[in-house]
Amino acid sequence: MEVSAPLIKNILLLDSEGKRVAVKYYSDDWPNLAAKLAFEKSIFAKTQRTSARTEAEIGMFDGYIAVYKFISDLHFYVTGGEDENELILATVLQGFFDAVSLLLRSSVEKKTVLENLDLVLLCLDEIVDGGIILETDSHVIAGRVAMRGADADVPLSEQTISQALATAKEHLARSLLK
Amino acid sequence: MALIQPAPKKDDDREDDSEYSPFYGIEKGAVLQEARVFNDPQLDARRCAQVITKLLYLINQGETFTKTEATEVFFAVTKLFQSKEVGLRRMVYLIIKEISPTSDEVIIVTSSLMKDMNSKTDLYRANAIRVLCGITDGSLLGQIERYLKQAVVDKNPVVSSAALVSGIHLLQSNPDIVKRWSNEVQEAVQSKASLVQFHALALLHQIRQNDRLAISKLVTSLTRGSVRSPLAQCLLIRYTSQVIKESATNTQTGDRPFYDYLEGCLRHKTEMVIFEAARAITELNGVTSRELTPAITVLQLFLSSSKPVLRFAAVRTLNKVVAMGHPLAVANCNIDMESLISDQNRSIATLAITTLLKTGNESSVDRLMKQITNFMSDIADEFKVVVVEAIRSLCLKFPQKYRTLMNFLSSILREEGGFDYKKAIVDSILILIKEIPEAKESGLVHLCEFIEDCEFTYLSTQILHLLGLEGPKTSDPSKYIRYIYNRVILENATVRASAVTALAKFGLTIDALRPRVLILLNRCLYDNDDEVRDRATLYLKTLGEDDSCKQFKESLFEELDVPLANLEASLQSYNASEVPFDLSLVSREIKPQQLAEKKAPSKKTGKDFGSKAANEALPLGTSAPDAYEKLLSSVPEFSSFGKLFKSSAPVELTEAETEYSVNAIKHVYLGHVIFQFNCTNTIAEQLLEKVSVVVDSGDAEEFDEVFSKHIESLPYNVPGQAFVAFRKPEGVCSAGKFCNTLKFRVNEVDPATGEKEDEGYEDEYQLEDLEVTAADYILKVGVSNFRNTWEALDPEFERVDEYGLGVRENLQEAVQAVVTILGMQPCEGTEVVASNARSHTSLLAGKFIGDIQVLVRLSFGIDAQKQVAMKLAVRAEDQSVSDAIHEIIASA
Repeated sequence: MEVSAPLIKNILLLDSEGKRVAVKYYSDDWPNLAAKLAFEKSIFAKTQRTSARTEAEIGMFDGYIAVYKFISDLHFYVTGGEDENELILATVLQGFFDAVSLLLRSSVEKKTVLENLDLVLLCLDEIVDGGIILETDSHVIAGRVAMRGADADVPLSEQTISQALATAKEHLARSLLK
Repeated sequence: MALIQPAPKKDDDREDDSEYSPFYGIEKGAVLQEARVFNDPQLDARRCAQVITKLLYLINQGETFTKTEATEVFFAVTKLFQSKEVGLRRMVYLIIKEISPTSDEVIIVTSSLMKDMNSKTDLYRANAIRVLCGITDGSLLGQIERYLKQAVVDKNPVVSSAALVSGIHLLQSNPDIVKRWSNEVQEAVQSKASLVQFHALALLHQIRQNDRLAISKLVTSLTRGSVRSPLAQCLLIRYTSQVIKESATNTQTGDRPFYDYLEGCLRHKTEMVIFEAARAITELNGVTSRELTPAITVLQLFLSSSKPVLRFAAVRTLNKVVAMGHPLAVANCNIDMESLISDQNRSIATLAITTLLKTGNESSVDRLMKQITNFMSDIADEFKVVVVEAIRSLCLKFPQKYRTLMNFLSSILREEGGFDYKKAIVDSILILIKEIPEAKESGLVHLCEFIEDCEFTYLSTQILHLLGLEGPKTSDPSKYIRYIYNRVILENATVRASAVTALAKFGLTIDALRPRVLILLNRCLYDNDDEVRDRATLYLKTLGEDDSCKQFKESLFEELDVPLANLEASLQSYNASEVPFDLSLVSREIKPQQLAEKKAPSKKTGKDFGSKAANEALPLGTSAPDAYEKLLSSVPEFSSFGKLFKSSAPVELTEAETEYSVNAIKHVYLGHVIFQFNCTNTIAEQLLEKVSVVVDSGDAEEFDEVFSKHIESLPYNVPGQAFVAFRKPEGVCSAGKFCNTLKFRVNEVDPATGEKEDEGYEDEYQLEDLEVTAADYILKVGVSNFRNTWEALDPEFERVDEYGLGVRENLQEAVQAVVTILGMQPCEGTEVVASNARSHTSLLAGKFIGDIQVLVRLSFGIDAQKQVAMKLAVRAEDQSVSDAIHEIIASA
């Protein structure tokens, strides 16, 4: 038997009717759109009645292990292979869930997610790369999505006066607006 | 930030509209138009980011771009590298990966990405590496390899991880390049950053995966404790158990290597690692209970966790432990698992139940079933199937509990459910019916009720088939007729056709029901489906014919009914001799099959193939009745005798190892009896000529010799057959004793050449007497349901009498004697007497010559002096036969 690192098959974010909000597949197990939609439909139908709001829930669906957590009108799913360590999947789910909460400042609902879809898609991109877990710490994920530190990486000494001023202004404006 | 303004009219009722979306009304064409802003000389970074988001939204919803559209978007996006805005740059990275440009397009962005790979900004470097490695082909890799190697040991974890993960992906397509990073990757394994350690370990293992020794070394050094990251720890556990698996064959002695490491991981502070270790231990090859115990203990703790994921992981692993054959190790957790039956999460509850069903003992079955009944109504079908399967195996494990379990199955059969679920239940009932004879009747009734309201054709036909087979053998077959005929009235053509077949089987097997079945079949002649009509016609025709071809009719329905195990055993005990292998001795049901063979030798219906194959499997010439028939038909004088009724087993007329070996077979016809004498010359120096058997029928008054056929020449060791035929009154079971003398001319021969050496002389040889008894007129033909057949026979023709059998050793001996005298087939296992029984009843069935059904009920009693008394009750289709049976006993 080939020993492999934990692999994530897909991460799904569906709405309260099972429609796609943001999804990312990392596996060829679902070769086309129809197969993917069928899987989403099936997993949604089987989980919609469960209450996965306080603790993440788990189940076997079509031969895959999926962990899921619901909040407001959103359903978060992380799917792995049949033999995957359930707790690793749960860690990934928690990382995704918390990172989205951080980025959306806790107003996690379909409307805000769609309004900030870029952040959620980047989030997916930062959590898993080609099935391999990239990061699970929600703060680190959120930070990378926001490209925090990308600006600051240019040392202050190298900034021109006007750049420094502009940065300061922006910081001031942001803090006032909050 | 609202990406686009929704249509103004939507603004008013936005609160009520659950479908509100910033992407409301989005259209691919319009977005592609919008993408032109990427080409503006003065880039609006925010606007561009919005358009990219829209494009990504479309892709995410499953929209596809044509080749030209994709190329156009890609080229436009490359322009955005001019912008220094970080948020936009991040989106550019993302969309390039999503569009996955072709290799000749990649060249356009390569320089921009390579610039970012050398950026001072860590996040640029990390993302550029991921994008470039994601879209590039091997040719470009050489150029950037240097940077990648450096990135692996970058001080910023995001860069290092990006390079390592890209390495894992690239290893599939460009193993040679990635393998050159080995030193850097090894360095990264020591990284303080948790995820870097994880990625480095994964890549290092993959680089070395074909080098068993290197893996073993890696595991040995790392298990000493330099791994801190939980994910990396999980990986290490996987690699360790792989090493254990491969080394187990080498180090059989002493403790299992690395077990201590795995056990140590059970005390890790992260649940993820604890579980990975516990799981690894349970999956060890040939794990001992001592090794299992600590793992089971932590899993037991997980069972009562507040987190569903933990409970699920634990109960699933325990389920596997049980499945792998360690139910005892899990027994301690049974109480915890029982509380999980009511778990909110049905996956957990189902796993708990199936685990409990596998570990449970007989005493806990009833309690478990009660809990399950409450639970079944609110779980999904696929869980129900799992539970049903677990119950099936439980029932086979504890057959005494069949009543509880069968009731459970029937109650869930009545509930709502899909095909798979119903099929699982029906299959389970079918298996239980097959395996547990006591469960048969109740199971059949449950199935009958089910088909009354079954929407699945497949299941209905399957059940009807079974009813046809098993129904007639039950105590009250007639009650099934109603259920079956209802199907004929109410169902679709497929079900109707199988119902017709099932009906016909009842009619065939149970004579008493035949007239009623014929009426019902007659009605089916007007069915509007061809198949149903055809079947009804065929069965009406065959059932309507007289009894003489009953065996043929049975062959129409039945497959080979010789139990193959019996056949095999008989063949193994059969020693090749001139006594042909007699298939009729194999099992009680075999005779009709043979006769069917004879009467329809060329009939090759599918159902016949089984028996054909069985006959062909026998050594050549051992298919006795076939051989007899062929042999007898070669004598033209016998052709007028009619149909052969019965051929007896060969009777030896000489002592073993005498000069001449002769045995006789009695062929019984309606008005004739033929003796077939199989003679063998065992002296090499002799040639026998004109060999005949002179039969003196002085003690057999009713027999008149009508024909005799001698053997012209009987060389050494070549068997020959002489025949003597007698006429006797038709339909009467004439008995008699015959004295036989072998007459022949002996010629001395040279054994080497076979040449006759002299004229020879006449000689004769006294053979043993041959008797024709009543048993020769009775065929051993069992009936499947004695009581019903008995009831169906006219009580008018019942003859009852009592006989004293004298002193016998025990009842078994008395039963054996009577059964042998009558030559009938004991039914329902009644030929076996319980030891020390004071009384016993035997049921015998047979066909009297002329195909007259005869049944015998024997009641035996034995007293303290071992005097055996017998009450003999006979019913037959003909009174004279009833009388004849009594005569047989009286004269015996």
